[in-house]
Amino acid sequence: MAEVTLVIRGGSVVTPEGLRRLDLALGDGTVLDLGEAIPGPPGATVLDAAGCLIGPGLVDLHTHLRQPGREEAETVESGARAAALGGYTAVVAMPNTEPAIDSAGVARDVLALGRDTVAEVAVAGAITVGRAGKALAPIGELAALGVRIFTDDGAGVQDGALMRRALDYAKGVGVTLAQHCEDECLSVGGAMHEGCWSSRLGLPGIPAAAEESMVARDIQLVRLTGAPVHFLHLSTAGSVQLVRDAKAEGLPVTAEAAPHHMLLTHAEVAGYDPVFKVNPPLRSDGDVAAVIAGLCDGTIDAIATDHAPHAPETKDAPFDQAPPGMLGLQTALPIAWQVLSPLLGPEQIFALMSTRPSAIAGLGVTDSRIAGHSAHGGPLDVGATGNLCVFDPSATTVVDPTRLASRSRNTPYAGRTFTGAVRHTVLRGEPVVIDAVAQR
Amino acid sequence: MTQPRHLLSVADLGTDGIAEVLRVAEAFAEVERRSMPKVPTLRGKVVATLFFEESTRTRLSFETAAKRLSADVLSLTMANSSVKKGESLRDTIETVEAMGIDAVIIRHSSSGAPHQVARWLTRARVINAGDGWHEHPTQALLDCFTVRQVLAERKGVAPEDLGIGCFEGLRVLIVGDVRHSRVARSEVLAYTALGAHVTLAAPGSLLPPSLEGWPVEVATNFDAALADADVVSLLRLQAERGSGSFVPSLREYTAGWGLTARRVQRLSDAAIVTHPGPMVRGVEIASDVADLPRTVVTQQVTNGVAVRMAILFLLLGGEWPGGDPHG
Amino acid sequence: MAERERSHTRPLGGVFVAHSQLLSAADVQRALTRMAHEIVERNGGIEDVVLVGLQTGGIPLANRMAEALSQIENAEVAVGSLDVAFYRDDIGLRPVLPEAVTNIPGDLAGKVVVLVDDVLFTGRTIRAALNALNDFGRARAVQLAVMIDRGHRELPIRPDYVGKNLPTNREEMIDVGDDGVWIGTLEDK
Repeated sequence: MAEVTLVIRGGSVVTPEGLRRLDLALGDGTVLDLGEAIPGPPGATVLDAAGCLIGPGLVDLHTHLRQPGREEAETVESGARAAALGGYTAVVAMPNTEPAIDSAGVARDVLALGRDTVAEVAVAGAITVGRAGKALAPIGELAALGVRIFTDDGAGVQDGALMRRALDYAKGVGVTLAQHCEDECLSVGGAMHEGCWSSRLGLPGIPAAAEESMVARDIQLVRLTGAPVHFLHLSTAGSVQLVRDAKAEGLPVTAEAAPHHMLLTHAEVAGYDPVFKVNPPLRSDGDVAAVIAGLCDGTIDAIATDHAPHAPETKDAPFDQAPPGMLGLQTALPIAWQVLSPLLGPEQIFALMSTRPSAIAGLGVTDSRIAGHSAHGGPLDVGATGNLCVFDPSATTVVDPTRLASRSRNTPYAGRTFTGAVRHTVLRGEPVVIDAVAQR
Repeated sequence: MTQPRHLLSVADLGTDGIAEVLRVAEAFAEVERRSMPKVPTLRGKVVATLFFEESTRTRLSFETAAKRLSADVLSLTMANSSVKKGESLRDTIETVEAMGIDAVIIRHSSSGAPHQVARWLTRARVINAGDGWHEHPTQALLDCFTVRQVLAERKGVAPEDLGIGCFEGLRVLIVGDVRHSRVARSEVLAYTALGAHVTLAAPGSLLPPSLEGWPVEVATNFDAALADADVVSLLRLQAERGSGSFVPSLREYTAGWGLTARRVQRLSDAAIVTHPGPMVRGVEIASDVADLPRTVVTQQVTNGVAVRMAILFLLLGGEWPGGDPHG
Repeated sequence: MAERERSHTRPLGGVFVAHSQLLSAADVQRALTRMAHEIVERNGGIEDVVLVGLQTGGIPLANRMAEALSQIENAEVAVGSLDVAFYRDDIGLRPVLPEAVTNIPGDLAGKVVVLVDDVLFTGRTIRAALNALNDFGRARAVQLAVMIDRGHRELPIRPDYVGKNLPTNREEMIDVGDDGVWIGTLEDK
């Protein structure tokens, strides 16, 4: 047996059957042993996990790392550190960088930047060149580099014919297209959800129909082509229902939702603080309830942060001119815990944040995993890769924007407190976060 | 009642606050009639007008009000300022406060800009002179002031003797591009806070997407609503904010919602017509209707100075009456 | 009404509760008549004299003073009113009363202005009045007539004509009305 370099003591392992009070021993990047009381050999690091849950490291399907092009807001390295502090062992970087990840060269650059970071970085490619929605990007060439997910995120593909063609092509290559559902004709000029608050505040609104009409269209295209589609950041009750019906029909669709759409509503915009400006926007109480219900009944497969850093001066602009987006990596699990632990067990929450996103991203324990990446998402048996998240449900997370790992400060939760905090994160057997402090 | 720190919305005042503004404005109207219409109340205070959206009449009205109170006035307009595209609003504001300004009067094309500005200022007070589609509080206040003045004149009493009771049950009809109108939003708040009954009349595409929470009725028959109205508040079609494409043509708008000579005949004899200006004769109001005695636009402009003096006095002039006199 | 009293009078908080009467209506009339004679004597007649009553308590007294003077000299004297709400250095303490108008008859250049007020207290109202008068021309002289001087001056202001000197405590209130002069306190509404 390989040498034990890391022991995690006193915690409860999250298994598909429930919690089991077990210590873990890791070495050589894998889980070597699980037992009730594992001694720590001299030279091994021992992490105290008393009262904590030990689950598979979280996987984020939707992170904006801003490099190349917007390094003042975030870099691959700083974003990965924020991810690790949030309990993530892998993230999928969105392609709306400058230049976009629409060529093998840019994809290679980003993957290289993420080679040695404290969270693994996989990359999503653009569907169209420059994300302009006109011509297909070299999907096959990018797939050969290991890219599994393609999206024009930041925008949706407006042209139905082009989207159909892209789906047919993607099906042949064996990759998944992910859609940012927004009909730009309906959303034009909008700065927040169209509803009673936008009317009161005098801000142009984005109606729920702008998202739902594209969800409906793409479901039609899935039916037509048989290609799978992953729906990014669902935010409306209507969208959730459309996906629910599509899944009932057996169509190959998956979906994600962001923590802010589980918690915040358009009422937050009352003070015109651009930190609450996001796309899709914060919606109504009914939409938040529907998103939560969708997460509980399997309609929504994963929680994805849509971590979107913006340099502080850009968020100081008037509300309608400020860029949309919020930070999310370091607050995702505490929020998910706060909202969902009264409704779901820990194994279900970790499924939403680790196992299922890992499978969708191609990072799970299967033969078809992306080359160059370790296995994420559990299960935490002997022999599993040591990608772990240790979460203390009785600690508190106090959100202080000046003390986040991100280069940006645009968190909507400044000053708020959540019950539950990430304590340790282990990446391929290396403890990269110990007692909420990043080790490098 | 508590003294508001800023005037960002009519809602900041509440019914009592609006009543106080009208009362104090009456006193300043008297000051304006003196042979020396200037008082030293705000001497030593510095007031800056920051107009990111041009409006000569509103800016001059505020500046006149400040000068009549003996305040020093700094004017910053887009044309002659150092605000270039790209210099952040926050930098501009912090520079202005660093120069020792006591109040900032701001007009901006973005809704909520005054709210954001108020968050960045540590000392200076903010007065909203119009933000995007959101609000134009002093306009609504001077409209209420003018209506009370006309009602008092007709009864042969002084306006201050009417208090705010004259607004109770008053039927106000707001006509036009409500969706994009900051005057409409402020007027709805002001008139309803005073107990008036507000009805909106507009083409369907120029109503806000949601009227949930608005204490108003919507007129289904504009001509019938005219007969019922005590006050008709006409709004301008906000062409520069893109509302021209919300109706098929100006001609169709005038045919359906313009206050034409024919429609004026439906009004009761006592009905008052207000307009925030500038009037576009031939569109929302027929030219000869604009010149009728019941159309009180000129009075509104005159009253604008007194109302704005009242606002400046109430925000900058020290503790409100009823506060601790030893303070 | 004196300064602090004004800050509590209608239409804002506080009700004057009288404790005892200091002067009867007849006493006030006699004092007015005496002061009128003093004004005539001091100024050698009432030519060029302009009475200016301070809002609001000085207005009725100024009118009655004008009547007394016209009876003595058989000639009319000009009466004006002055509202100093926006001139005071303790802005906001004094209630703003829209009905309190400023109405100064003609140009004051070369005139003798006699300011008339009901109660003289800290002196701040008078100082504000002197400030305000400046805007109406350069008077030859400004004199001050008050019905009651209750002490507690905070500025170097002194009256030329006094109805009665009445030492008081700061917390007390003086009310001058048609029915005489009362002393009392201010109660919450």
